[in-house]
Formats: sequence, structure tokens, C-alpha cells
Amino acid sequence: MKKNPNKAMSLSIIPGLGQYYNGQKLKAGIFLGAFVIFVIEMIFFGGAALKGLFTLGTVPMRDHSMFLMVKGTLQLLISVIFIMFYVLNLRDGRKVAQEINAGHEVPISFKEMYHSLGTNSFPYLLTMPAYLLMIFTIILPVLVTLFMAFTNYDFDHIPPAQLIDWVGLLNFKNMFFLSTYRATFGAVFSWTLIWTFCATTLQIVLGIFTAVVAHQDFIKFKRVFGIIFLLPWAVPAFVTILSFSNIFNDSAGAINVQVIPFLNKFFFMHLPQINWMTDPLWTKVALIMIQGWLGFPYIYVLVTGILQSISDDLYEAATIDGATALQKFKNITLPAIFSVAAPTFVTQYTFNFNNFSIIYLFNNGGPGDVGGGAGNSDILISWIYKLTTNSTPQYGLASAVTMIISVIVIGVSLLVFKKTNAFKMEG
Amino acid sequence: MAKQVHTKGKSSIKRTRFFKHFLTYFFMLFLSLIIIYPLLITVMTAFKNSDVVAFTLSFQGPWTLQNFTDLFKTTLYGKWYWNTLVISLATMVIQVAVVTLAGYTYSRYSFAGKKWSLTFFLVVQMVPTMAALTAFYVLGMLLNGLDHYWFLTLIYIGGGIPMNTWLMKGYFDTVPYDFDESAKLDGAGNFTIFWKIVMPLVKPMIAVQALWAFMGPFGDFMTARYLLREEANLTVAVGLQEFISDPKDQQVALFAAGAILIAVPICALFFYLQKYFVTGLTAGGSKG
Repeated sequence: MKKNPNKAMSLSIIPGLGQYYNGQKLKAGIFLGAFVIFVIEMIFFGGAALKGLFTLGTVPMRDHSMFLMVKGTLQLLISVIFIMFYVLNLRDGRKVAQEINAGHEVPISFKEMYHSLGTNSFPYLLTMPAYLLMIFTIILPVLVTLFMAFTNYDFDHIPPAQLIDWVGLLNFKNMFFLSTYRATFGAVFSWTLIWTFCATTLQIVLGIFTAVVAHQDFIKFKRVFGIIFLLPWAVPAFVTILSFSNIFNDSAGAINVQVIPFLNKFFFMHLPQINWMTDPLWTKVALIMIQGWLGFPYIYVLVTGILQSISDDLYEAATIDGATALQKFKNITLPAIFSVAAPTFVTQYTFNFNNFSIIYLFNNGGPGDVGGGAGNSDILISWIYKLTTNSTPQYGLASAVTMIISVIVIGVSLLVFKKTNAFKMEG
Repeated sequence: MAKQVHTKGKSSIKRTRFFKHFLTYFFMLFLSLIIIYPLLITVMTAFKNSDVVAFTLSFQGPWTLQNFTDLFKTTLYGKWYWNTLVISLATMVIQVAVVTLAGYTYSRYSFAGKKWSLTFFLVVQMVPTMAALTAFYVLGMLLNGLDHYWFLTLIYIGGGIPMNTWLMKGYFDTVPYDFDESAKLDGAGNFTIFWKIVMPLVKPMIAVQALWAFMGPFGDFMTARYLLREEANLTVAVGLQEFISDPKDQQVALFAAGAILIAVPICALFFYLQKYFVTGLTAGGSKG
């Protein structure tokens, strides 16, 4: 029997009817059931939740603005998922009708449906846990943070005693135009960029250099060196950062008490003791050096793997052509490394852009103060942490900074991934 | 490397070679020194008297195990360690299971919305989730999850899913489809193919994923510090920092002892699994 695809689709405006028209009774029941459940949910919970997201509460103590925001956001997500299902349902009505017309078999009975579900929806079942977890631990919190950036949630507005209100772009405006915050943001942001660039470049250069040097054939005890060079990666970073924070201590740390006197004594230098923890410049220098120490083994391992895969023939041919060692490095080794490791290098930059642990654990973002609660070595992410944990928290402002970070990181990564064509969409 | 330089004399070849060897070994030894020096300081300090102030390398005694006994008798270190182990193990088991299933699906099945959802994974992976601290806090309040491990564990698991699913998919892609096909011809079902044919071949990547998932909670500071409030509920990273966070009363020996007890088992695991993740890293990284 011929079916009218357009009729099936328009019947599906109430999910299930189009499927019933197509003769798929079980599917029709499931679709209609999902629709009814959503409508009921909307009446008893969803409507109020969306309204709460809009008003953020009207009566202090009774309405908790933040809870309303979370519930509203959750409802928003549920609605989006339902809309996706709804569109799918419309398409399904049309597609199945067309298939019937084309003479294809469509599953109708319970048994056939079950079988078809088993093969067609198997992929969805297997990825379901990943999606559920991501929705609750990534999408929902990120959306809530996005919304928070447009509210006045701060120490003056702590729910449930006070209500929170939508304030539009005020937080962003304050950050860019209010002189105190602008100065802080400018200082923190420029140091974040310098930090990201210097620390990451140092670890990449050191990693590549070490890999190339250690790859030479004549070296003895390769295994021993290999283990030593991996140690900074193997020891958990927070342990080493805290140790370094002791080692760089102005009065009792090994650098000032042991290393500098040693250099002065045996190499006839006249180095003064350095105020690692109290001089902003030296704190920054120390941070960059430590990150180089911590981060180079990962690059070293990756590059060593790549070097082993480059064929010796290439080098031999280059030698016969009279290429110098430097030319060979520039024209054979480096391109091979970058063609494989470029995406990893980018992730190293974005990682350091948000490298909270080292900044916070080494010197707590200090020394000193550049306004807005931020210290001299604070990067954006550690500033966010301070904005939300100090005695006068600025949650709205912190969320605005979070959004700025996210846009930067996502923008840069997408750009580079597109350029380098990493993560090809295949298979 | 240029080993034959025809235009120069024999002695000058020898001299350049000597220089090259000398500089190479000099660099490698110097780097080793820089790596070992700070680590050795921490190790040595752990066996010093608890009243030691200077954090320097010294081979002078007296040596003692007092710091280790103090850790478990006078501080909450044992409890913190236990907390972290529970969170780490739960994160590891659940995350590896979820990621393996998702990665396998994306590698082996084609289904509607696959391309779209893969892009979704890729973008989500770039979001610095940890910066959404306040949102986690409010969510925790709402669900009564603050100070509870299950909440923190869920956050750790979820945060690792997008990136690791990508890596896992990339690694599954390196296992030839022919294996699946021939197994299917022999009458193997979906589950048998997955469990008996493909899984053994991706063991290296699973090992890497397990190690990373396990190490995550040991290394995370920001979220744990923010979401755990009770002293007894802290993870070991947060707790350890307390020993030296007060500039006037730094207990460096106690800190060093605590640091060693964390670093040694993790280091051991790391080197035990090392051969796996070197292959996992290059294969996953190149294919993507």
C-alpha cells in the first residue's frame, strides 16, 4: 500500500501519529509516550523552571536564585533534547513512508522492532553513558557559568538571603572599562600570554633538543638516561612544584643557600642571593624554568618516537648530496616532527594557558598585588580562583573571565586544528 | 650525522668527533643533574630530623624514619591517602569503561549523527571545565554533593571523557577492519569481536588511559580544594600543601616524607606501563 510521505510527516506533528499511519504501532507508542512524558514534565516542573531561569526568583529566602538558575538550565537542556527528538520524529515519518513506497521492508512487529533496535541503536546505547556524563559534568556547568557571567552574583548578593539579578553585559563592561578592573585584567592577561608563550616554547625546544641529542648512535647508557629524562613526568607535578617552592625559598631554599654559593666558590662568580619569592620578576623566571623542567619529558618521548620512525635512507641521501648536519635537521628532522606532533604542541600551549597548579602552588600567584585580588604571577585561571575564594567573592566577574578564557582557548585550538588538518573527520 | 668528512685530515675528524661526543655527554649529564638534584633533596629531607629548616641537599645525618610514623600518627595523611585512592580507582574504572565503549563505537560503527557528534566531542574537549568552579559548587549544594566523593569523582570522570574518547577512537582505528570481518565470517558475534579480537590489540592504549585517569585525582588541586571542605575529607594533594602553606611554620621534613609516599608508587606504575604508552602516544597522536 502506498503512503503519502507529506501526510506522514504532518501527522507526526503529534509524535507517534505519523508512525501509526505508517503501520509501525510499537514505534508510534514509544514516540507518543515520550511526547506525553515531556508535556507532563513541562507542566509540573519545566514551565516553572524556565520561568525561574527568567526571573531568578522574586522572594528572598524562599527563592534561591542560583538553584533556580541550575534547574532552569537543566530544563533548557531537556527542551533542546526534546526538540531534537521532535525533528527526528518528523523526519522519521517522512522517511519511513518513502521507504514503504520504494518497497523496502520496515520493521513493524515487536520482534522485528526489537531486532532492528538491536542493530541500529546499538551505537547510541554504547555512547549513551559518555553523553550522560558529559551533559551533567561539562555542558550543564559551562552553561551555568555562561549565564552567571550576566548576573550580579557577588559577595553583596549571596542567595538565599539576597536575590540575584540579570545585569546584561555589566561584568564585561566593568572588566574592560572600569579603571581598577581594567588595569588588573590587562596586567594578568599580558602575563598569561607571556607565561604561556615562554614556558611552552621552552619545554618544546628543550624536549626536541634533548630527543635529537639523545638519539645519536654512539651514546652509551641510553636506558639510564632515558629513565632519568622521564622522571619529571613520572613524579606527580604537584609534588615537584611544592618541592620547588621550598627549593626557591628566599632564606632556606637550596638555590640561595647551596647552588649560588657553590657557583660563586667554584666558578669564581659573584652572584648575589636572589629574592625568588618576593621579587615579581624572579618569581616569573623561576616559574618558566620549572615548567620547562616539568614539561619537556612529554615532548622528548613523543619526538624520540618520531625520530625512530624516520628512515635512515633520507639522511644518507642527504649526506651524499653534501648537506650539513644543520641542513639535515632543518629539512628532514623538523618537518617530520611537526607533521606528527603539531597538534600536541598546540595542546601544550592551551594547557599552560590554564596551568593553575604551578602558579598557585609555587607562590600562590604572588608576590604583591596588581589590584582586583590578583598577584604579580597570577594568570587568568588562578585569578578566577582568587575571585571566587577571597573574602569578597565576585562570582559574576569570575564567570565573565572564564568565558573569555574559553573563547580564546577554543578559538585558537579550532583555528590551528583546521590549519594543520589534525583530527581528520574520517571513518 | 656526518661521519665521513673527506676533505679534512684524519686528526681533525677525530677532534670534531671528540668535541661532538664531549658536548653531547656534557649536555646529557648536566640535564640529568638538574633533574636529579631537586628530587634528591626531597628524598633526603624525608629522612632528616623533623626540625630541619633548610631545604638543601646534604648527606649528613642523623637519619630517621620519624617523619613517616609522624605522618600517620599525628596528621590525617593516612586518611587523605585513602580518600584519594578511592576517588582515583573509581575514576579509573568508570572512565576507562565509558571511554572504551564510546571510542569503539565511533571507530567501528557508522550511524546517523556520527560526524556531528564527533565534532561536538572535539569542541567540548577544549572547554576548560575546571574554570566552571562556581557552577560546580552550586550544583554540589543543590545535589548535596559537597564534601562527598561521588560528586568529585563524577566531575573527574566527565572532564576526561571527550579528549580520551578521541584518543581511544584514534587507537581503535589503527586495528585493521579485516580482523573484524574474518571473525564475523567465522561466526563471531558483536560482543566476541569486541572482547576477544579487538580488545587485546588496544591494551596499550587502555593501559595509558587507566594510568592517566588514576593519576588525575592525585594531581588535581583546584577542584578538590574548592569542593571538599572538611579536613578529614581532603585529597592528598590538598592535604600535603597544608604542611608548607604557612610560611612561619613550614614542616619541610614532614612534607618530604608525604611527597615520597605519593611519588614512589606512581613512578613505579609509570615506568611499568611506560613501553605501552610510548606506542599509544605516537599512534594516537599521528592518526588522531
